[in-house]
Amino acid sequence: MNYEFNWSMLLEEPYIDWIKEGLLNTVQLSLMAWFIALTIGILIGSIRMMKSPVLRFIGTFYVEIFRNIPLLVQLFIWFFVFPLLLPDDLMRAWNSLDGVPFLTALIGLSLFTAARVAEQIRSGITSIPKGQFNAAFSTGLNTFQTYRFIVIPYAFRIMIPAISSEFLTIFKNSALTLTIGVAEITAAATYIESDTFRGIEAYSVASLSYMFTTASVVIFMTWLENFLRIPGLIGKK
Amino acid sequence: MDFNVIIDNLPFLMKGLFTSFQLAFFTIVLSLSLACLIAIGRISNKKYVRYPSAIFVNLLRSNPLILIVFWFFFLVPLITGRPLPAFGSVLIAFVVFFSAYFAEIVRSGIQSVGSMQIKAAQSTGLTYPQTMRLIILPQALKNMLPALVTECVIVFQGTTIAYIIGMREFLHSTSLVAERTIRPIELYLFAALVYLIICFTGTRIATLLEKKE
Repeated sequence: MNYEFNWSMLLEEPYIDWIKEGLLNTVQLSLMAWFIALTIGILIGSIRMMKSPVLRFIGTFYVEIFRNIPLLVQLFIWFFVFPLLLPDDLMRAWNSLDGVPFLTALIGLSLFTAARVAEQIRSGITSIPKGQFNAAFSTGLNTFQTYRFIVIPYAFRIMIPAISSEFLTIFKNSALTLTIGVAEITAAATYIESDTFRGIEAYSVASLSYMFTTASVVIFMTWLENFLRIPGLIGKK
Repeated sequence: MDFNVIIDNLPFLMKGLFTSFQLAFFTIVLSLSLACLIAIGRISNKKYVRYPSAIFVNLLRSNPLILIVFWFFFLVPLITGRPLPAFGSVLIAFVVFFSAYFAEIVRSGIQSVGSMQIKAAQSTGLTYPQTMRLIILPQALKNMLPALVTECVIVFQGTTIAYIIGMREFLHSTSLVAERTIRPIELYLFAALVYLIICFTGTRIATLLEKKE
């Protein structure tokens, strides 16, 4: 192996700016997508637990469609197919928007992850003893109130590990959006590599960013999990 | 919409789909074998075995697959001195990446088997490798089957990533035809449908296996 390292070039213009922009895009995209995915995921997950067969079917349909088509294919559909299906004036408005790749990536990532979140929500809710529902109903709460005040806060805490791992998944999955032109951190690394042929340095920056974030999230979530633990449920020390 | 374009290009598309299956198959077989070794390393009581295995798994699990593919695409020619065909380079990256995920599944499978089984097996005179191969792994395999099937679906979905470095798998073939015929709607929807059918079958199998227990 014949390779001369030159780490300092990463701090030179314009590479340092590419890295900064890439990091910013990755963090922005993942945080926004995670937030939307949680909202939609909680909604779909709850719909799947309803009595109405129509609502349940809609929930299941959503989850199976978005979970079983690879994310990359979904991104391509949002990017290449979706604008073509819009009526003419809407399509023109969409194409004239700033940052279409970012918006497309946001839609694609959120809807894909929402299906996974919905599954986590469902298994979280199923893990709640039936007696809790009956107790809530017997105090006069209606279905919505039961979910809002009893089930969701309860299930949410059981699901913290799953939800935090979904954030890490979204964070890593955001790398795929480079295919539709989002300049996130992996894209930045490939630009630097093709500009300088310094692959090891460039990819190290990207890898270290992912590893650093993963470690931080894991540490924070472990703390949060301990902090929010329901006494008597998962052996609080 | 004109779906004839799909029928006209079906042989080309199916060739791509076959490549996707090939990549998924070799990835699953090779990374699962590697994963068994890593999983045993993860639960070993020797620190110099346990720590490197843990580092390997966590290193790979905190990076996106596409970045690992880029790493190997850059590193392999540097080490071997000549460029490797895309399939080889992607396969190495996939095997390394997915072995970390499979290793975690195998590890939790092994840990789901009672620890007394190891002692009982060893008291009958079996060596440690024999205990693992004949007693623990077969039982663990049964426990982890649903998770393994799910992971196989993820591997198959992951093969789309080979598109990015230009390997002609199913998604790449689809996009080539879409560009040539200027019919992106039909082709991408067709690709989505094919992936949906295959992966839905996989996840159904996983759910059924889970319910059987």
